Amino acid sequence: MVPEPQALTLPAGGASLPAGAPSAGVRPTMRRRISLYGMTFALPLLIWQILFFFFPLVFLVALSFWTVRNFAMQPDFDTVNWATMYGRTVFWQAYGTTLALAAAASVLTSLLAFPAAYAIAFKLSDSARRWAIFLMVIPFFTSYLVRVYSWQIFLSDNGIINVILGWVGLGPFPMLNTVLATMIGYLTLSFPLVVLLQLFSLAFIDRTLIEAAHNLRCGRVRTVFEVVIPSARTGLVIAALFAFILSFGDFVSPIYLGGGDPTTLSILITDTTKSGQQWPRAAVIALTMIGTLMVVAFAAVKFAYKGKST
Amino acid sequence: MTKTEVIAKGLTRRALLASGAAALATPMLSRRAFAAPTELTMLAWYGHAEPDIVAEFEAENNVKFVPKYYTGGDNMLGLISQSPPGTFDVILSDAEYVQALNAAGYVEELDPADYALDEYFPEFQQFPGNWQDGKLFSLVTRFGFLGVAYNTDALTEAEAATYNVFWAEKLKGKVGHFDWHLPNLGQMSLLNGNPAPYDIDETAWEAVKEKTMSLRPQIGGFFDYGGTFSSLNDGQMLAFCGIGDWITGVLEKNGAKVRTVIPEEGGLQWSECFSIGKGSQKADLAKKWIQYITSAKGQAKSAQMAAYPALIPNAKGWEVLQAENPDEARRQGMTKDAGNVMDMIRAGRIKYREWPIQQDLETWNDFWSEYKGA
Repeated sequence: MVPEPQALTLPAGGASLPAGAPSAGVRPTMRRRISLYGMTFALPLLIWQILFFFFPLVFLVALSFWTVRNFAMQPDFDTVNWATMYGRTVFWQAYGTTLALAAAASVLTSLLAFPAAYAIAFKLSDSARRWAIFLMVIPFFTSYLVRVYSWQIFLSDNGIINVILGWVGLGPFPMLNTVLATMIGYLTLSFPLVVLLQLFSLAFIDRTLIEAAHNLRCGRVRTVFEVVIPSARTGLVIAALFAFILSFGDFVSPIYLGGGDPTTLSILITDTTKSGQQWPRAAVIALTMIGTLMVVAFAAVKFAYKGKST
Repeated sequence: MTKTEVIAKGLTRRALLASGAAALATPMLSRRAFAAPTELTMLAWYGHAEPDIVAEFEAENNVKFVPKYYTGGDNMLGLISQSPPGTFDVILSDAEYVQALNAAGYVEELDPADYALDEYFPEFQQFPGNWQDGKLFSLVTRFGFLGVAYNTDALTEAEAATYNVFWAEKLKGKVGHFDWHLPNLGQMSLLNGNPAPYDIDETAWEAVKEKTMSLRPQIGGFFDYGGTFSSLNDGQMLAFCGIGDWITGVLEKNGAKVRTVIPEEGGLQWSECFSIGKGSQKADLAKKWIQYITSAKGQAKSAQMAAYPALIPNAKGWEVLQAENPDEARRQGMTKDAGNVMDMIRAGRIKYREWPIQQDLETWNDFWSEYKGA
């Protein structure tokens, strides 16, 4: 017997402030002194960030100024790697391609995920909602690489989809090793996560706003666009941002579903390291990717919280 | 006679002492069986330290190989340069990287008298790159040819007998590249009629670039090792540039309708060589391994490696292979019949894959990236 997934019951009437919470406009007095208790919770995060983000980032920056001689990296301070990479047309082509593909994946995933998240949030019973969430989590149980490889069986010229199309006299349509296949891979990677993030955002919408819209004779579609989406904006934007981040850095889908064509930045990184051990130049590409993601993330967060007090 | 009586009568003091001595001596007699195997580290392409190749040597010498597999020659050099001396006892290297290993002092000098070089075909006894200033630093152990790999349902052998087939209208979007500039651009250079495909001047290099760029609309993808296998196996790609029997041979043996043919413009030769890592603490054992794998018996085993088959330079190894697996010997062209692989080499149809001589490696690599992005 499969046990029914537990918890994750969402509020039916939207979020409400707990009893005793300070009313709007009244700021509680903040404790300025850092207590040992507080540090117990804050320190692991700080240590984690220093160890696994700050130090590697500093090393990556340093590495980008190193040089390579006889296939061995030499500590150095030379801007040649930056000048070389930024002076190459192929780098900017790959940059534009990657940016466009990630943006398209972000929009497409958000559009496809929204109806699913909306239905789960507003149309399903509590029990069905728990199952739906459980089903969205299941894909994470298997390796992304395995899931992408399995798509090859569906998308190849002799694959399952073309065989079925052949039964009705259609095709075969080339799908594998195309941008379409790359996009399917991106969806495989980010769709479940985007649905979940959108769902949590939709679930906390104050239902009284929706009821009020309906009472004021606002149609269902208009309610979605004028009440639901603006109310859930923060979560929807963050979900789209995650789709962008995951797609922007993904190597697996462009190479195994897209056939490495067109070249993305992640593919360019491997190309750069494959010949001549040019890890410093790969570091330049990686830092450019990190910088781009930071700009996009800050812009998205600013847009998500625009007009909201934090 | 009861059991108690047997024990009382049969187990004399002499018998008891003999049994005890035998029991005490057993570990001494079979010490090798109880001793922990000696670990021998091997830096190599995938497959070289797998049981089908090393199991017999491991059992005979109480050795356990600890492989470190790399994904390319540059990766190999990087791994060595970033490891302390003595990390790798045995190093397998593509021939074009052997000189770099020598130059960097990463390998020990070998004594030619230790190895069965006289069993090798003459062309491989003084193999380029293995020797430097009359000293031997590595030993070629297997090789293979790169040509036109094709789907036998889509193309006939006659059609595939020229690199021009890659431009065929029916192959549009169905030509794959093994994603490494050296074999692909070498084949384009051969197609352009360069007798030494990697030793070309600037004019010839520009022509190679132009020819390669004209192929771009035909290309369905750029694949790594796994992607090359799967795209050929499922018929997604119908012809492949930059590979040979080392991939199609594995697929063919498993029933896929793919083959490699050496086209009229000629083929390229890849070669793998074994060396002993500088500073190895187990150099004697490493030497023993190289002796084994370059012997007739080891060579026959190497030719049939499960990961990827190859040709072997040891003439007596051919004889062992013909006796053990005549079909495979015939399939790979390692027989005494006319037109065998040695005849192809002697006819000048095969050129070594090597680093570009008049351009630097980076120039070729940068062009390859531009080609992929075009």
